[in-house]
Amino acid sequence: MAVIYPFLTRLLCAALLVLPAYACNATELVDRAVLSGLASDNNNDKIEAITALGQLSNPGAAAILAALGEGKVLVAADGTVLVSVAAGKALNPATGETVTSPADAQTVNMNNRLRRALQAAQASAELFSPVAATRLAAAVKLQKEADASRTPVIERALTQEKDPQIVLALNIALASSAIKSSDAAVRTKAVIALGESKNPAFKQVLVEILAKDASGGFAEPSAEVRLAAKKSLEQIEDHQTIVSWVGNLFYGLSLGSVLLLAALGLAITFGLMGIINMAHGELLMIGAYATYLVQSFFKQYLPGAMDWYVVAALPFAFVITALVGMLLERTVIRWLYGRPLETLLATWGISLILMQTVRSIFGAQNVEVSNPSWMNGGITVLGNLSLSYNRLVIIGFALCVVVIVWLVLNYTRLGLFVRAITQNRRMADCVGVPTGRVDMLAFGLGSGIAGLAGVALSQLSNVGPDLGRGYIVDSFMVVVLGGVGQLAGTVVAAMGLGALNKFIEPFWGAVIAKIAILLFIVLFVQKRPQGLFAPKGRSAE
Amino acid sequence: MNTQNTRVSLLDATQTNLFSAKAWSGIGIVVLFFALLPVLNLAFPAGHALHVSAFAIALIGKFICYAMAALALDLVWGYAGILSLGHGLFFALGGYACGMYLMRVGKPSPEIVPDFMTFLSWKTYPWFWSFTEHFWYAMLLVVLVPGLLAFIFGYFAFRSRIKGVYFSIITQALTFAAMLLFFRNETGFGGNNGFTDFKTILGFDITSPQTRAFLYWASLSALLLALIVGRAITQSKLGRVLTAIRDSESRLRFLGYEPLGFKLFIWTVSAVICGIAGALYVPQVGIINPGEMSTENSIEMVIWVATGGRGTLIGPIIGAGAINGLKTWFTSVVPEFWLYALGLIFVLVTLFLPQGIVGLVRKLGQRTKGQA
Repeated sequence: MAVIYPFLTRLLCAALLVLPAYACNATELVDRAVLSGLASDNNNDKIEAITALGQLSNPGAAAILAALGEGKVLVAADGTVLVSVAAGKALNPATGETVTSPADAQTVNMNNRLRRALQAAQASAELFSPVAATRLAAAVKLQKEADASRTPVIERALTQEKDPQIVLALNIALASSAIKSSDAAVRTKAVIALGESKNPAFKQVLVEILAKDASGGFAEPSAEVRLAAKKSLEQIEDHQTIVSWVGNLFYGLSLGSVLLLAALGLAITFGLMGIINMAHGELLMIGAYATYLVQSFFKQYLPGAMDWYVVAALPFAFVITALVGMLLERTVIRWLYGRPLETLLATWGISLILMQTVRSIFGAQNVEVSNPSWMNGGITVLGNLSLSYNRLVIIGFALCVVVIVWLVLNYTRLGLFVRAITQNRRMADCVGVPTGRVDMLAFGLGSGIAGLAGVALSQLSNVGPDLGRGYIVDSFMVVVLGGVGQLAGTVVAAMGLGALNKFIEPFWGAVIAKIAILLFIVLFVQKRPQGLFAPKGRSAE
Repeated sequence: MNTQNTRVSLLDATQTNLFSAKAWSGIGIVVLFFALLPVLNLAFPAGHALHVSAFAIALIGKFICYAMAALALDLVWGYAGILSLGHGLFFALGGYACGMYLMRVGKPSPEIVPDFMTFLSWKTYPWFWSFTEHFWYAMLLVVLVPGLLAFIFGYFAFRSRIKGVYFSIITQALTFAAMLLFFRNETGFGGNNGFTDFKTILGFDITSPQTRAFLYWASLSALLLALIVGRAITQSKLGRVLTAIRDSESRLRFLGYEPLGFKLFIWTVSAVICGIAGALYVPQVGIINPGEMSTENSIEMVIWVATGGRGTLIGPIIGAGAINGLKTWFTSVVPEFWLYALGLIFVLVTLFLPQGIVGLVRKLGQRTKGQA
């Protein structure tokens, strides 16, 4: 054992994965008859032996194949095949004994033909590896370098395989091999199977079947196979179209939910209270930095609960930004009610101050906010479209926030007061609504939602002092498009803009898509200055 | 008959009182003072007590262009109540038209394409840049491009009665979109780096002190002209309608006026003045890039106007000078505090100085008069 280990460590990656099995079963012997082919001078015999080794479903055979690739297989004068282990030591795979390498032993030389056979054999051997990942990788490799001779190995592997993902990969590999078959019926079946797989990786194979060679004839002699290939190709392409649509829709929804989160706070402060808050983007930024602070706190004091720091960051960010918002409202904005243009300028000034403050405290560089582990990864749908968990979480989170805001506005006393003030400030004041306090609380609510949005943004993008700038134009667009004072409008506008953006992007690129969207909004507002969902009746101006 | 008389007398009043005699002499003195600075720069060698450095000339020349942009903004915001957050766009468009001319004449042959077009493997100038090697055509573009864009955009915006903050936000979006467009390399506007590497203007070396002095005087005269034009417009009957639009557009409409034409007129004039300011700015700073269209720049223009005092025409000029002077000082001495200062100016001016510096001076003047 002690001797075998250093040998093993020098093996290739693939062989390393077999290591546990090999170590506990070091006496896994290989039949001498199979090995003898390696000692032959004839290349065909060698190839036969290599292929046979590949079919053995025996980890010992896999180790010999790996050693062959490294030029460590020796043939002694008497025809005994040995595997060189360390300087001067060699293992006899047929007996499991370690012997001193004979002086007359010769290395088995490889040429290109042998090497190809070796690679195929190795892949076949890996199909029986105890490690699932190795088996999957081998199956995928076999799909790409299909060859009719592999069919029996793959079929045998299929009988043993339990993992559904590997079974699928093996089936595809089987079909790819079958395409090279000389029997047209087998080829047709294989082509149909390729179509069923809906895997774009096979497009090339199918295109090659349909291609014409230099003399103008089809590469594939059978018309039936060509027809099946054409159908399969269409099937794969249709599937790809669906995948790209679903993908666009998903990314659109994801972008839309980010826009929605960014704009929702604005929908309250601008839409309901009529305050142009240009510092809204900076409130998002503060929310993101609050997340960073909570993350640092958890790293320092609660490393065990790191995965849940984002959850703890939510109330923290909400409270911090709500406090900043209320402070702004009490000190600056309250003096400017009814003068929207001045509010715009004053809040812009505040945004500059907030940005510079954050820059002074945390530095101009971006800070690192990491995703908790449960947000990493994603689910794969439709074969090859992966939906990442962090985007899914944010879509869900945005919807939750919308529902909460809607509940607050429609079913709480504060919401009632806010709506009353929106409709008629003076009248609300007359009937005893404490307008000043409600203004402050509503502004705090809007700001707090911006803080929540900041937590979400910190999981998607870089956190830096300029974070908010990128969102301010977009979020105003959402509010204007959706219609002022309309929560439903904000939701529809955000999702619509997000999806539209992602559907335009593949054709025109990200920047042109953005320009197109902005121009679209400018034109749209020409037609419907009140936005998508205009208030009706007396409150409409 | 009676109304006829008042109308005549109104016209008389507007024509004779462009500026009061006192104001004329004040303007004359100030203009003369600033016009003399390049003379001091040229006449006295460096180190002389009366020498004005070339840096100061370039800086003041730049401020004059800013002042012109601020004046243009005051025409629409201070008088017609239309707050534009997109005047940086018009400024930059004028600058780009002028910059293209400067870049082309600086090359051995105007047909040689600049590097960024070589990278796009363009052999010739695209159609929208054709003829820009001719000075007068480029100057025509300086006026026409911002003017036309403003006219078309304004027509649609004002026709659908977009006003107030909506208009501001839409102009901001328009400028933002334009900035993204100009930042792209393949659109033919030079991408990130914009246009630079200017060598000559009308055959004169652009770096020589004489050319710089001439550019400075050109900017100063343009500013003076813009001031007089602005004053003429705002003192006219049309100017009064504009003020009425600012104060109560609906009421004016009920009185039978259609504000569209008035707004469109002042909006276009303002854009043209801004474009000219940009065209004068570019040869003096030597570069034009999409950064001029950023949201920040356009809002800064607004604060120049607010600080100086809107609706006064003189105010924006003072404001542009004061804020940019402060900016120069801050960014060279304590750069990390400039944003604090600018932010505070925004907040304090809107809270405590709604009429700006000019308003403050007027108020103080009235108070001393009252006491005496």
